[in-house]
Amino acid sequence: MSRRQLILLAVLLLAACALPFLVSNYRTFQFTLALVYSIALLGLNMLTGYNGQISLGHGAFYAIGAYTAAILMDQFGMPYWATLPIAAVVCLVAGFLFGLPALRLEGLYLALATFALGVSLPALLKYHHLEKWTGGVQGIVINKPDPPFGLPLDPDQWLYFFTLAIAVLMFVLAWNMLRGRMGRAMVAIRDQHIAAEAMGINTAMVKSLTFGVSAMYTGIAGALGAIAIQYVAPDSFNIFLSIVFLVGIVVGGLASISGAIYGALFIQFVPNIADEISRAAPWAIFGIFLLGFVYLMPMGVAGAVRMALARLKRKAQNSPTRST
Amino acid sequence: MKLVPIAALLAVALASPAALAQKKYDPGASDKAIKIGNTNPYSGPASSYGTIGKSIGAYWKMVNDKGGINGRKIEWISYDDGYSPPKTVEMVRKLVEQDQVLLLFQTLGTPPNTAIHKYMNSKKVPQAFVATGATKWNDPRNFPWTMGWQPNYQTEGRIYAEHILKNNPKAKIGVLYQNDDYGKDYLKGFKDGLGDKAASMIVKEVSYEVTDPTVDSQIVQLQASGADTFFNITIPKFAAQAIRKAYDTGWKPTHYLNNVSASIGSVLKPAGMDKSVGLISTQYFKDPQDAQWKDDPAVQEWRTFMAKYYPEGNLLDPFNMYGYLVASTLHEVLKKAGDNLTRVNVMKQAASLQGYRPEGLLPGIRINTGANDFAPVESEQLIRFNGQQWERFGPILGK
Amino acid sequence: MEAFLHQVLAGLATGGIYASLALALVMIYQATHLVNFAQGEMAMFATYFAWSLINAGMPYWPAFLLTVVFAFVLGVVIERVIIRPVENAPVLAVVVVFIALLVILNSVTGWIFSYTIKTFPSPFPAEPIFGQYITSHQGGAIGVTLVVLLLLYLFFRYTPLGLALRAAAQNPDSARLVGIRVGWMLALGWGLAAAIGGVAGMMVAPIVFLDPNMMGGVLLYAFAAALVGGIDNPAGAVFGGFLVGVLENVLGAFVIGNELKLAVALVLIIGVLVVRPSGFFGKVLVTRV
Repeated sequence: MSRRQLILLAVLLLAACALPFLVSNYRTFQFTLALVYSIALLGLNMLTGYNGQISLGHGAFYAIGAYTAAILMDQFGMPYWATLPIAAVVCLVAGFLFGLPALRLEGLYLALATFALGVSLPALLKYHHLEKWTGGVQGIVINKPDPPFGLPLDPDQWLYFFTLAIAVLMFVLAWNMLRGRMGRAMVAIRDQHIAAEAMGINTAMVKSLTFGVSAMYTGIAGALGAIAIQYVAPDSFNIFLSIVFLVGIVVGGLASISGAIYGALFIQFVPNIADEISRAAPWAIFGIFLLGFVYLMPMGVAGAVRMALARLKRKAQNSPTRST
Repeated sequence: MKLVPIAALLAVALASPAALAQKKYDPGASDKAIKIGNTNPYSGPASSYGTIGKSIGAYWKMVNDKGGINGRKIEWISYDDGYSPPKTVEMVRKLVEQDQVLLLFQTLGTPPNTAIHKYMNSKKVPQAFVATGATKWNDPRNFPWTMGWQPNYQTEGRIYAEHILKNNPKAKIGVLYQNDDYGKDYLKGFKDGLGDKAASMIVKEVSYEVTDPTVDSQIVQLQASGADTFFNITIPKFAAQAIRKAYDTGWKPTHYLNNVSASIGSVLKPAGMDKSVGLISTQYFKDPQDAQWKDDPAVQEWRTFMAKYYPEGNLLDPFNMYGYLVASTLHEVLKKAGDNLTRVNVMKQAASLQGYRPEGLLPGIRINTGANDFAPVESEQLIRFNGQQWERFGPILGK
Repeated sequence: MEAFLHQVLAGLATGGIYASLALALVMIYQATHLVNFAQGEMAMFATYFAWSLINAGMPYWPAFLLTVVFAFVLGVVIERVIIRPVENAPVLAVVVVFIALLVILNSVTGWIFSYTIKTFPSPFPAEPIFGQYITSHQGGAIGVTLVVLLLLYLFFRYTPLGLALRAAAQNPDSARLVGIRVGWMLALGWGLAAAIGGVAGMMVAPIVFLDPNMMGGVLLYAFAAALVGGIDNPAGAVFGGFLVGVLENVLGAFVIGNELKLAVALVLIIGVLVVRPSGFFGKVLVTRV
């Protein structure tokens, strides 16, 4: 990465750190949620943007991560930060296992299978044989973590910083992976499946692993989300959640890490705007936004930003530098 | 000498009325307005309940047209939460922390309210008259800022259980319930009412999901179990299906229908009035579609209200009468609070309603609350459908 | 035994609902090789149109026919205006467009008509003429589905237009070379699918009552049905519908309990896709590498 990009990132990070002290607790809470969504979208983008496997059911992995964290905190008294690695492992395994049969599915069929997963998950969460663990329809209430070491922070602010730290870690890891062999293999499989196979890439392993890692990211996001909201219930994780995630990556920009951030900001803040435009039909406004992005900005916000920057760069290069 | 104590007494005596006449405001209240916050499912799978929020909003419009409450206009801020608890949390935090409402009113649904339960009580903001029948809202010792309104589901379940024990102690009961907090709460109350005879009397329990297209299969299962009594815990759409299917298959149990679906307009007419004869339920307010209330002044007042302030509302939908009645209750509470519009006082007034009666309630039913009684409407009456209207029978039950 | 038979019959009745929507899904697939996630909402919207007509006083059958025409036009318009721009886009863009269509239709319908359930009339008599296990309407709906299936079969097999439609879907380039207006064939396919969906909606509404979320639960089962029967075979879709309905009822009543019925659909979908993607009666697709 160029020095300019590094400086830009440092500035962004500084701004992010300063945020909780500049805005109200409520806004900090909203930004915490946006960070959570960005991790989830990064996961989905890995699978769908970089690897070409469509998932309309990622809300399910978000739910699994959320419930894992909630059950561990509620039933086993585990501290909130310890639930994250466990949620990660659980979702990694779940995603990998789902990825195995999904290997045989392409495009629309995979979309359909994951759609089915997303639709049927709330019913599974309510299953009365699992009620002892999941709390059934009543859900599980958990406590908000207090800042450690007696730091002079609000719980909201602390949670924001905690989430920010995790997000930065996850993003760095993802950036590293996507830049390396694994990432190139993923993209190769997406673009030229058969050629990739012929080149010696173990497509089955790569695809399943991608599913697993993608689920892991979304699961970690789910766990963080559960801690932020302090409540999990089956109603929180229906098919609309999966749809919202898909919207997020399309709007943010497929196959783009920064796209996850744009997308997260979109899905966190735009529904509130849509609600204000039309109290009666907010989802219709949301849908229209969606269509607008698909038609006008198919590369998402990230793509548009990239194109704009490229154009600026070109202008700078072409501008006359010599004076007579 | 004794002048000082007398002077002091006089000073206090003179000062007190002035102190009482002082206006006291918490965030959300002012000389001009009172801000009331709410979340309702205006979108998503539970959106049929959204009409409650709309009818309440229309009620405040009417109140404002008539000059407001004690001269203050009501500012009604209602956000859509799509029945999704995370969304409810976000919207409620917005209402409390950003919009700075005085209180929250009629937030709808048990999961959404559960999600904000602790928050509201830690922030000491009233979570008033929540729109759910779950029993846990009547807990003033642990959650002094939360209060329900409607008769809770467990009480109703118990009423049916007691009726069965009295009239048909050898009944074989089949239960159909919605697989969520609402269904399970009713079932619990019902089983508690049957006591240790529950296990032997209930021969079949089947559940359904809101995503199921029909409950025909479940009705068939219940009929096959040999049950002669049927406790039907379903929301209107499925209640209509259940009533119709039970009739069509020739199964004629003693049919107890939960109050949520005891609506002539949205359940019995679609199911078939003739197929609904003999249905037993409970009621606590007047169903506007019931012919016996055709000329009732309260119902007519409601109709006028609907025509003027909520014309797009469905007159067949009893939720619109429910919204009207619960808004009247808050109206009364805010009126009694006078110029002392602190959150503490709002809860205090809400917890000291003595014999208050919006006329849309059934005759004989009153709203009573107290420091240990956070359940406003606790009385219901058993009703039986005769093919044309609901006939009330028996005493007013509950408190 | 009687209980079992009763469940099977009830399953056939609900299966009829799934079959009719599955037919529309198959129709779209045959014309465009796309799986339309918004099919249920389009059907629901058309049914509301019918309801408005009937509510305004129009008798049933004229309203029915007018709605079929309306649905057809709606399908064509959607194809030309909304789907056309993303025709050659990656499949993800198309899926997103379908999802957008789904939420827009659902939301707008709720806004216009409110979410309170409405009754929708049935053209069939109220007395059960098929015995006490199936209402006349349910029997009639199954009949209508079978009639639509027959018409489709005749259309595709014996008319030049049907042939052109199939050709345009299977091999658009060759079809163009032969002079087929592929663009209009796609639009026609959408129109037909929407019309079938409208019929499905009008048959379903009297049973489940009309509300904007009416098709939500049905959609997944219809997908399962279409896949089980073979996504490109209309008769397979109908068979799949009945099979899914019966399985759901029987398994729910006797084996796994009512809570997991949706999971049955999930397992069916994944199972079919993994084990035998062409379903029972579909054509096995061989792709050249």
